[in-house]
Amino acid sequence: MWHWSVAWHVLPQLLHGLKVTVEATLLGSAFAMVGGGVLLFARLGLPRPLAVAVRFLSELIRRTPLLVQLYFYFYGLPSLGITLPAFTCGVLGLGIHYSTYVAEVYRAGIQSVAQGQWDASRALDLPGTTVWGRIVIPQAIKPVLPALGNQVIAMFKDSALLSVITVTEMMATARSIGSYSYDYLEPITVAACLYLVVSYSAGQLIRLYERQQYAWVN
Amino acid sequence: MVHSLAKGTLVTVEVTALAAVVGVLLSLVAGSLRSANSRLLRLPAAIYVEVFRGSSALAQLYFIFFALPLVGVTFSPLVAGVLGLGLNFGSYGAEVVRGALRSVPVGQREAAVALNLPPATRFFRVILPSAVPVMLPSLNNMLIDLLKNSALVSTITISELTFQGTLIRENTGATLSVFAILFVIYFALSSVIDAVMRLAERRSNRALHSPVRTA
Amino acid sequence: MLGSTDLSTLSAEAGTTHSEIECRALTKRFGDLVVLDALDLDVGRGEKLAVIGPSGSGKTTLLRLLMALDKPTSGRVTIGGEILWDEPSKRKERDLRKVRAKLGYVFQHFNLFPHMTALRNVAIAPMKVRKMGRQEAEAKARELLASVGLGDKADSYPAQLSGGQQQRVAIARALALDPEVMLFDEVTSALDPELVGEVQRTIVELGDRSNMTMVLVTHEMRFAARVANRVAFMEHGRVVEMGSPEQLFGDPQEPRTRAFLKAVLEPLY
Repeated sequence: MWHWSVAWHVLPQLLHGLKVTVEATLLGSAFAMVGGGVLLFARLGLPRPLAVAVRFLSELIRRTPLLVQLYFYFYGLPSLGITLPAFTCGVLGLGIHYSTYVAEVYRAGIQSVAQGQWDASRALDLPGTTVWGRIVIPQAIKPVLPALGNQVIAMFKDSALLSVITVTEMMATARSIGSYSYDYLEPITVAACLYLVVSYSAGQLIRLYERQQYAWVN
Repeated sequence: MVHSLAKGTLVTVEVTALAAVVGVLLSLVAGSLRSANSRLLRLPAAIYVEVFRGSSALAQLYFIFFALPLVGVTFSPLVAGVLGLGLNFGSYGAEVVRGALRSVPVGQREAAVALNLPPATRFFRVILPSAVPVMLPSLNNMLIDLLKNSALVSTITISELTFQGTLIRENTGATLSVFAILFVIYFALSSVIDAVMRLAERRSNRALHSPVRTA
Repeated sequence: MLGSTDLSTLSAEAGTTHSEIECRALTKRFGDLVVLDALDLDVGRGEKLAVIGPSGSGKTTLLRLLMALDKPTSGRVTIGGEILWDEPSKRKERDLRKVRAKLGYVFQHFNLFPHMTALRNVAIAPMKVRKMGRQEAEAKARELLASVGLGDKADSYPAQLSGGQQQRVAIARALALDPEVMLFDEVTSALDPELVGEVQRTIVELGDRSNMTMVLVTHEMRFAARVANRVAFMEHGRVVEMGSPEQLFGDPQEPRTRAFLKAVLEPLY
């Protein structure tokens, strides 16, 4: 039976967990934004054998469960002598996993810069760094922002997995409240609703931005 | 150790396959409803998609497994897992289906209307066959995501591959080797899915006999 | 539905013969743009009417309204005595389908179903609409394909056929439900020049050997003169002038008709 009083009662604790969730998401996103760039640079810039190795590693990370990767950082690294706090493992896991997706987003963004731009740059004999820094990347950024935004939202939802490696974010909070009071109904439902509210609102903001960007086309 | 990992892999495949069936069916239904003409049909599908796409897959699983029993709806772990994963898959798949249905040239539908074909025939014999090849590439990625999500059901006591892996780790402490094997198996499984889907893509494109450029 | 004031009975009483196609004050607006402007048109049974005019004159829209592919803003259309569109235009799909069954439509871009053979394309309507058995429907389809000269291509897929062949299959497909009226929407405009002839020949033969009513929207004036017994010139959503091919092409009365024909028939000057 659903009790609104219970739902109201657990809300503050869940909001506290939400704060941790948001922290993890933001840190993980920052990591992924940088990591994605590094990955792409490695794939395009490094000599062939290294680039292929990086490509293989990133495929391995992209196509295996985030959960297993989190377990690896939390339980596996210590046997190599590296013990990191749970939150750090979580951010690391999210950051590295999503770097592989972000690298793809960057790649698509760069590819979308019309071929004509490259041709014109070459005709003007501009040096490589200028071509990249002044011409290609600035044009690639605007269109990929919505896609990057979607990756952040996806990471926000995946942050629930951090509960499994003892990070006290929102999902873990909900579970612990539930197991303590034997009443999972309100905590989990409210937590699920909070995920929905935040990611839906963020999604709408992104859509608003997209519409604004393309308004001039109409 | 090999024995329990093999068992776990089998359960992972089972869960993924079952959830895929549920998910694909839901995608077709929800995607078609979202493309319908009447708002009465579109609305429930839209709500379903927004709710399940917007919340965390883990939260959905926990909700079905932990919270629902408290209002009298109890599922076995396997059913809860397949249901949760399937519902999640369906909400993303619905958008893929909707996009694919929209991509079918308008002329096809008009020709079917001009021939007075009944609506059911129009949908199943004319529009859907042209839409399926468009769905396949996205379906490929979604199935691999589903495989990855199948690891989540280890948290609701289903002894699939990840669950077995953590069990072995606890018992033997051979952490790195266990996780290495886990990575390899998941990677192999995802490659199988990828290969099968690419084959399906090639065959369905042949069935359209190299898409005709009719407007 | 059909029981409402029978204006067709009234006009019959007024002495006009019962036309196969009757349009009264047919209007179609897209927002502020008026595509059809209170158009009146009568097409007799067995008549072959060619409709010519500049782009945007509403020719294709007229055809699409006759086929109930689009809805008119206002106006009245009857086909073979049965009301297709009436004021107010709140017709149900069910009623539209009843009248639409009398018409066949051939599209500019063929719109054949790419995943079906030519045989299947032609047979599917009789099977699913007339509920014919597969054997019977396929036999009929073979006959129709033979009548347009494609008997040996029954098991080919559209992608394996040339544009002209595809359009002929489309004609056979439209004929499969034994329509009283055939509508042709610029059916050769999307074809390579050397393929236009075979399609035109097919249509001319069809016109010669059957008593079917035909309405053809076309840019090809010689073809219109050959196949039609009446030609209508449309501009800005209205019929400006109508007459036999000899009258309209030989001695056009209206200045706008003359201007259009001059521009079309003397392109190099």
